[in-house]
Amino acid sequence: MDQRLDRGHSTLTGTDQRTRTRLGIFLWGIPLVFLAVFFFLPLGRILWTALQAALKSTTIAFNIRQVSEPLWFTTWQAVLSTLLTLLLGLPAAYLFAHYAFKGKSTLKVLTTIPFILPTVVAAAGFNALLGPRGLVNLGLMHLFNLSSAPITFMNTLGAILLVHVFYNTTIIIRVVGSAWSQLDPRWEHSARVLGASRWQTLREVTIPLLRPSLLAAALLVFLFDFTSFGVILLVGGPHFTSLEVAIYQQVYSMLNLPLAGLLSVVQLACTFLVTLIYTRINGSRNIPLMPHLNSEGLRTAKTRSEKLFLHSMTTLLILLLTLPMLAMVLRSFLRLGADRGESGAVAIGFTLQYYQQLFINSNQSIFYVPPAQAAVNSLYYATITVILSIGLGLLATYAITRSARQARWLNTLITLPLGASAVTLGLGFLVTFNIPPFDPEHFPLLIPIAHTLVALPFVVRSVQPVLASIPASLRNAASVLGASSWKVWREVEFPIIGRAALVGAIFSFTISLGEFGATSFLARPDRPTLPIAIARYLSLPGDLNYGQALAMSTLLLLVCGLAIFMLEHIRLPGVSEI
Amino acid sequence: MKSKILSIVIILGLFSLALSACQTQSNGPTTLTIMTHDSFAASDSVIAAFEVANNAKLVFVKSGDAGAALNKAILTKDNPQADVFYGVDNTFLSRAISEGIYQAYASPVLTDIPEQYKLDATNQALPVDYSDVCVVYDKAYFVDHNLPVPQSLDDLTKSAYKNLLVMENPASSSTGLAFLLATIAQYGPDHYLDYWKQLKANGLVVVDGWETAYYTNFSGSSGKGAQPLVISYASDPAAEVINASSPVTDSPISSIIGKNMCFQQIEFVGILKGTEHLVLAQKFVDFMLSQQFQEDMPLQMYVYPVNSRAKLPDSFVKYAQVPEEPATLSPEVITANRDQWINDWTEAILH
Repeated sequence: MDQRLDRGHSTLTGTDQRTRTRLGIFLWGIPLVFLAVFFFLPLGRILWTALQAALKSTTIAFNIRQVSEPLWFTTWQAVLSTLLTLLLGLPAAYLFAHYAFKGKSTLKVLTTIPFILPTVVAAAGFNALLGPRGLVNLGLMHLFNLSSAPITFMNTLGAILLVHVFYNTTIIIRVVGSAWSQLDPRWEHSARVLGASRWQTLREVTIPLLRPSLLAAALLVFLFDFTSFGVILLVGGPHFTSLEVAIYQQVYSMLNLPLAGLLSVVQLACTFLVTLIYTRINGSRNIPLMPHLNSEGLRTAKTRSEKLFLHSMTTLLILLLTLPMLAMVLRSFLRLGADRGESGAVAIGFTLQYYQQLFINSNQSIFYVPPAQAAVNSLYYATITVILSIGLGLLATYAITRSARQARWLNTLITLPLGASAVTLGLGFLVTFNIPPFDPEHFPLLIPIAHTLVALPFVVRSVQPVLASIPASLRNAASVLGASSWKVWREVEFPIIGRAALVGAIFSFTISLGEFGATSFLARPDRPTLPIAIARYLSLPGDLNYGQALAMSTLLLLVCGLAIFMLEHIRLPGVSEI
Repeated sequence: MKSKILSIVIILGLFSLALSACQTQSNGPTTLTIMTHDSFAASDSVIAAFEVANNAKLVFVKSGDAGAALNKAILTKDNPQADVFYGVDNTFLSRAISEGIYQAYASPVLTDIPEQYKLDATNQALPVDYSDVCVVYDKAYFVDHNLPVPQSLDDLTKSAYKNLLVMENPASSSTGLAFLLATIAQYGPDHYLDYWKQLKANGLVVVDGWETAYYTNFSGSSGKGAQPLVISYASDPAAEVINASSPVTDSPISSIIGKNMCFQQIEFVGILKGTEHLVLAQKFVDFMLSQQFQEDMPLQMYVYPVNSRAKLPDSFVKYAQVPEEPATLSPEVITANRDQWINDWTEAILH
């Protein structure tokens, strides 16, 4: 069929057009088939099952409030969380894009780590810091001789918002920061020379130029907050019900598939709508600009106000993004003593026992896995996720950039998995991929494939704004000078998008390392990832189990920190550092 | 580069295909697949003993918590993913039976199991273990504050115990649901909400699940939280001794086991319809009910054996407590009402 089509074309437009069409089909075809098989098929099957169950049951007893209340709460908390994340993330992105300072690369890795934390670990971190017996409350109680904790943090709305900011600030830093650092400073300089104030320059030059990245980052953050599950459940407590939490409860506690299906459709429809609005606002009004590749724009803080900005920003980032993790790491080396007297007076001792115990299968369980093995499993899945998502992501990005008409719906389709209910999709995987050899038992690739569904939008959102901003004149110039199209890609385009692709790779890697929901569905008990191993320890009573969960979490932090550090220092030929 | 990636994906896919083909062709041991919830655990040696004796290879598929695992069994019943399914408890039992996922099997070992655990007369689901969900308390707190330990559900509404109790949300936690059922058994379906309103007025703290309740809020665990009373398991005092980071002579916690203070969760195993290894599946069910497996369970899963021949480990005898008159409700009554009860409770207590 292909050939027939092509022959028809060739008579009209010649060989060039033919290869272009074929290339086009190749570009969007592969990601599309991937989405169709691994997203739409399982989702469709589970929703179909839910519909059948709904038709079969004689009494459909549900209250419209069971849908409207979670929907309303989910929406406004996601909007609020996104705004707060932008509030912290934008100045931070500016800081990383424009200043050279001591410890910058370490701080950048540290700000990324929250993103990988499984929610149980993040919740444990915030609890160790701000919980009723957290470091802050214990300190205040000691200082002012109080009998009860002065700060109530856990199970409040504030906690939900703060933890969302904690998780997602890195998205703004990476996506917007990457674009900001490539912005040619001469545009801003010209504006200032022409008499624009600092504020005017920001409003009329910088922000319009950054708009594609800004919108892309905001969209990702919003969808993450909108589908939030673990944070609402563990940090917000049972008084807050988001759509995803409601779906979870309907599926697992009530076994009410019809209502769960309805809630999933509502959630999916909202994602669709938001993504559509995004594509509409973003439009095709990208301004092609000569990208600015090297880091000549980096400056050190010289004036007093610059120094003030630098110091207050770094302090804020360290306080908010690293203290909760630090508290958890600290706690994994501490034993809260046995001689518990007055509430508040807690004896503290240093111990390495939690770490030592990790390496011992103390009760000869068949499911014991050495921590190194769990780390290897995690890294293996994460590597495949990076390969899959970068490969598919680049194909999709090129397809989107080539044609504005395809862009709108391909953009939307790729973003949908981010807003789909993980619980529903997990069930969909179960009913779809259950025949050997395509079942979780024999087909371990299902895990990185599930991770890729979430990672793909990140790769596309990171690379696409950059690719779209490459002026055609640059490519044409190279072609005119005799470069083959492969050479044009390698020498001109790749150095420009390489940096953004690396950002996408880091996101894919971290998403895979920290993912818990889908993995818990698909992982074989003898091949757990680090988050699964952590959850196993946390589900059992006893000091040792709790300590081991924290020790394992610390190992996860370490593995992830090292991996990000290494990824960031990959030197792509012709690509400057991120 | 793109084609390279594609070929890697294809090669990996073919590789796993080939692997699985090899497995089905070999004449080695027969593979028996057992679907369970995440909490399942067993000793290496015990599982190996069964495998050797029966020329079998046991594969365990863990499918989330008890509700998730049952959902998976129901959704895949036309194309079962396993031969045996372990982990349905008495709050889900009727649902599992009415969905028709099991086939009946009257195991000879059932004679060693007391009648009180055999809730399914058709023997589709056979009892394996039980545990009691009770109010667990931090001993030191009550000593330090010269406070008597509450002895009844009514006591918990007294002002002396204001702000001291933390529990799990029944809508997302089986532990929380078990305690809700205990109060329904005690006060009846028409009056239990009145009791809950009093508990709420007395500063009841509700959190999402067991991990948060036990490790964040409960003062008796290593989380050193703010509430000295938590809804948890009667075997926890033993677990705290076994899993102490430094050897202890006494458990820091204890459970309140008065009449109707606890709800008994019984877990069941059954053979899934459509298994191709019926005889081996039956042998495995016999094995799960046998003395050897039953004696391994307490230290692996912190549950009690139902086989009356099974001996408890010393630490259980010494530190774990067994309520004499736990609250009970029939599985049929629970299945018929659980959604309504959870919704009503949520409306009254959380909203």
